[in-house]
Amino acid sequence: MAEDREPPPLADAVQTDFREVEEGEDLFVSTVSTLSPTSPEPASFPAEDISTNSNGPKQEILLDDDQEDLFAEATEEVSLDSPEREPILSDGPSPAITPVTPTVIITPRVDALFDRSLDEVKQISINVLYLFSIIQAFYFCLQGDGMNAYMAYKVTTKTSLSLFSRNEFSVKRRFSDFLGLHSKLASKYMHIGYIVPPAPEKSIVGMTKVKVGKEDLSSAEFVEKRRSALERYLMRTVNHPALVKDPDVIQFLENTELPRAVSTQALSGAGILRMVNKAADAVNKMTIKMNESDAWFEEKQQQFENLDIQLRKLHASVESLVCHRKELSVNTASFAKSAAMLGNSEDHTALSRALSQLAEVEEKIDQLHHEQAYADFYLFSELLGDYVRLITAVKGVFDQRMKTWSKWQDAQVMLQRKREAEAKLQYANKPDKLQQAKDEIKEWEAKVQQGERDFEQISKNIRREVERFEKQRVKDFKVVIIKYLESLVHTQQQLIKYWEAFLPEAKAIA
Amino acid sequence: MMQEGLDDGPDFLSEEDRGPRAVNVDLQTDATLQVDISDALSERDKVKFTVHTKSTLPNFKQNEFSVVRQHEEFIWLHDSFVENEEYAGFIIPPAPPRPDFDASREKLQKLGEGEGSMTKEEFTKMKQELEAEYLAIFKKTVAMHEVFLCRVAAHPVLRKDLNFHVFLEYNQDLSVRGKNKKEKLEDFFKNVVKSADGVIVAGVKDVDDFFEHEKTFLLEYHNRVKDASAKSDRMIRSHKSAADDINRIASTLYTLGTQDSTDMCKFFLKVSELFEKTRKIEARVAADEDLKLADLLKYYLRESQAAKDLLYRRGRALVDYENANKALDKARAKNKDVLQAETTQQVCCQKFEKISESAKQELIDFKTRRVAAFRKNLVELAELELKHAKGNLQLLQSCLAVLKGDT
Repeated sequence: MAEDREPPPLADAVQTDFREVEEGEDLFVSTVSTLSPTSPEPASFPAEDISTNSNGPKQEILLDDDQEDLFAEATEEVSLDSPEREPILSDGPSPAITPVTPTVIITPRVDALFDRSLDEVKQISINVLYLFSIIQAFYFCLQGDGMNAYMAYKVTTKTSLSLFSRNEFSVKRRFSDFLGLHSKLASKYMHIGYIVPPAPEKSIVGMTKVKVGKEDLSSAEFVEKRRSALERYLMRTVNHPALVKDPDVIQFLENTELPRAVSTQALSGAGILRMVNKAADAVNKMTIKMNESDAWFEEKQQQFENLDIQLRKLHASVESLVCHRKELSVNTASFAKSAAMLGNSEDHTALSRALSQLAEVEEKIDQLHHEQAYADFYLFSELLGDYVRLITAVKGVFDQRMKTWSKWQDAQVMLQRKREAEAKLQYANKPDKLQQAKDEIKEWEAKVQQGERDFEQISKNIRREVERFEKQRVKDFKVVIIKYLESLVHTQQQLIKYWEAFLPEAKAIA
Repeated sequence: MMQEGLDDGPDFLSEEDRGPRAVNVDLQTDATLQVDISDALSERDKVKFTVHTKSTLPNFKQNEFSVVRQHEEFIWLHDSFVENEEYAGFIIPPAPPRPDFDASREKLQKLGEGEGSMTKEEFTKMKQELEAEYLAIFKKTVAMHEVFLCRVAAHPVLRKDLNFHVFLEYNQDLSVRGKNKKEKLEDFFKNVVKSADGVIVAGVKDVDDFFEHEKTFLLEYHNRVKDASAKSDRMIRSHKSAADDINRIASTLYTLGTQDSTDMCKFFLKVSELFEKTRKIEARVAADEDLKLADLLKYYLRESQAAKDLLYRRGRALVDYENANKALDKARAKNKDVLQAETTQQVCCQKFEKISESAKQELIDFKTRRVAAFRKNLVELAELELKHAKGNLQLLQSCLAVLKGDT
């Protein structure tokens, strides 16, 4: 399981490489040091948009540009033919429970940290800087059993990034901690156009079964499903060049103690507030009619809409396949038993033996179907599920842009009104009110300017994010689909083996 | 209304034997009498079989001739054998099951209704699927009717039956109608009585070890074949469902491939193509399993029932014989109606001995046939599974090579 995962082998660092690495690290560190000690606010938006979780002084514009530069590098195509990548890709013939995006961690690290030309980057070993997290699941009992018990997940991080104080460390986290992390990141970054990976969904039924102590297969499967989903979520989050530097993320990975994220509970005050906001957003979305001046956005939105529809369809079909494959496994096992019984009652010895052999073959095949169903699920189905949720996040980011635009427009309308009011007051001979009006105009002029800047900023961010997202998507799908096909190959190879062993038995019936 | 000829069909069914299509029974083909179903037509609610006979026997007017028969006429023939006392000592070849296109027809209808909700390509694909399924069922029912006739033709006594000759030769309608409600009810009661009687008869211990063993064996065997037949059906249905899912996956991947703006589009299209092909293979695997395994088990379910029926008849005759003996003893003791009792006893004795004699041979033949059929089918099943797995593997590997080369 998680133990199968090995970190990419550290290549021998040549002297020159090492120096370059250090410089890169410094570059990284320098940006970190300009951050305020608590969570940064990478966008200087009006106060009301900032979540209550993050505090600290507003960020200088300087940081934005720095980060932007880093991201520019992140999106450069660095096509490294890396033999070092092989250990990750060829995880052996156990398709069942391997993390989905192991390779994707490597390239962004390099891209984000090195402001170098393509050739120079190629010289540097890509394994030098890495980060990945593995999650193992523990069942943790709090005082008293039953509903107070919770599942603890051990998050082990291995990294060479200087953001962290150590190279390898583990922490214990609860499911609600993950949700809390996502909540914070979403509130900080979504409104400026970053695609924040969505957290796995809650499941009251599944968790209750586990808590109630049902020691059966479905509970174990549920835990594994959740563990795997959390791992993929975390990997996607740390893959994001901006998010990985966020103090909340660093804290999440490193700190032994984390304040309990109660606001993630559905029925808490924050939970209800979230629901209300969601509803309000939905209404607003319908009423905002945006003049899209940028064809790129219109095109992209349509593309994501189409992608959403098709991925959902595909996901449904794959889920159906998983279900039928599991059914096939069960029915094959049942047939195997029946064939064995038939072989027992057959009084012709050779035929009886052959039927018993058939029963054995079918039993092995049912195991095969079972494993294949696992591969169907963990490789294919979960990937699709993740991407359906990711695209919802992408669509959310586009919606944020609309909101930003709307705000800007509203500010313009206000400004116009203030100007009209001032014009009227010119002839009313009320010097106090006139001054106030002039002040208000100044205020709203600034707001309009800010609105325009914000809109441009979010548009820029989204372009960058979408480009990064698409690259990631291509990589993810290719890796996973190839792995999935390899699992199918394995199944067929096994089938051949089993039937080849059976054929002489059948022929031996005299 | 679907009119279909027998010989046009997707080649995935060409693995069936041509010639004596009796896949479940190993029969000696005899030049003196060869029977097969050369053609079949499917009309709204009935199937018309063209029964073709080639014979050197003097009983027939010609050496080669054909007639058209429907399912009810096969049933009439079978029932006439069952009711014939002369054949009590034989395993009567089981009647072919009624052609059942209801499920397939329903699916086609549902597809027609749902035409608006899917793309044109999807609709055409699904229609082809269902038509292939319809054809497969059609071919199966033809095979099962043919096997019945071949079994009769191969049996040394039954082949001489007059009704059989009429069935083969008389080129008018036999005017055999299906049973009406009253007759069906009568049949139902007859069966109830028979089962009850069967239990009583089976309880009588047989002196003859051979028959005693056969009785125990057949009872258990029949039940287990029934179970295996049901389970194999379920297994094959799951297999078909999985193949259908892969079909849908292939379609959606194709759409994704045509829509995608990144270089995933080529990737998706290639994988879609792959799944289309593997899906066809999976469907063939399910179809072959159906033919070689499920049908085999179904057939031997019916034949083992026919064998049980033979044992029942023999058991009945034995009971009658023993009762006649007792009656004779009583008559002799009372010295009343002795002659009549003697005649009855003679008749019962003869009947019992006649049945016993032929029953033994029939049961031995049954075993031989069974072993041969299982051998043939299991070997063919394994060979087909291997063929398909290898085909699948090759497709997957070549696709992977292309995909890995591109990335």
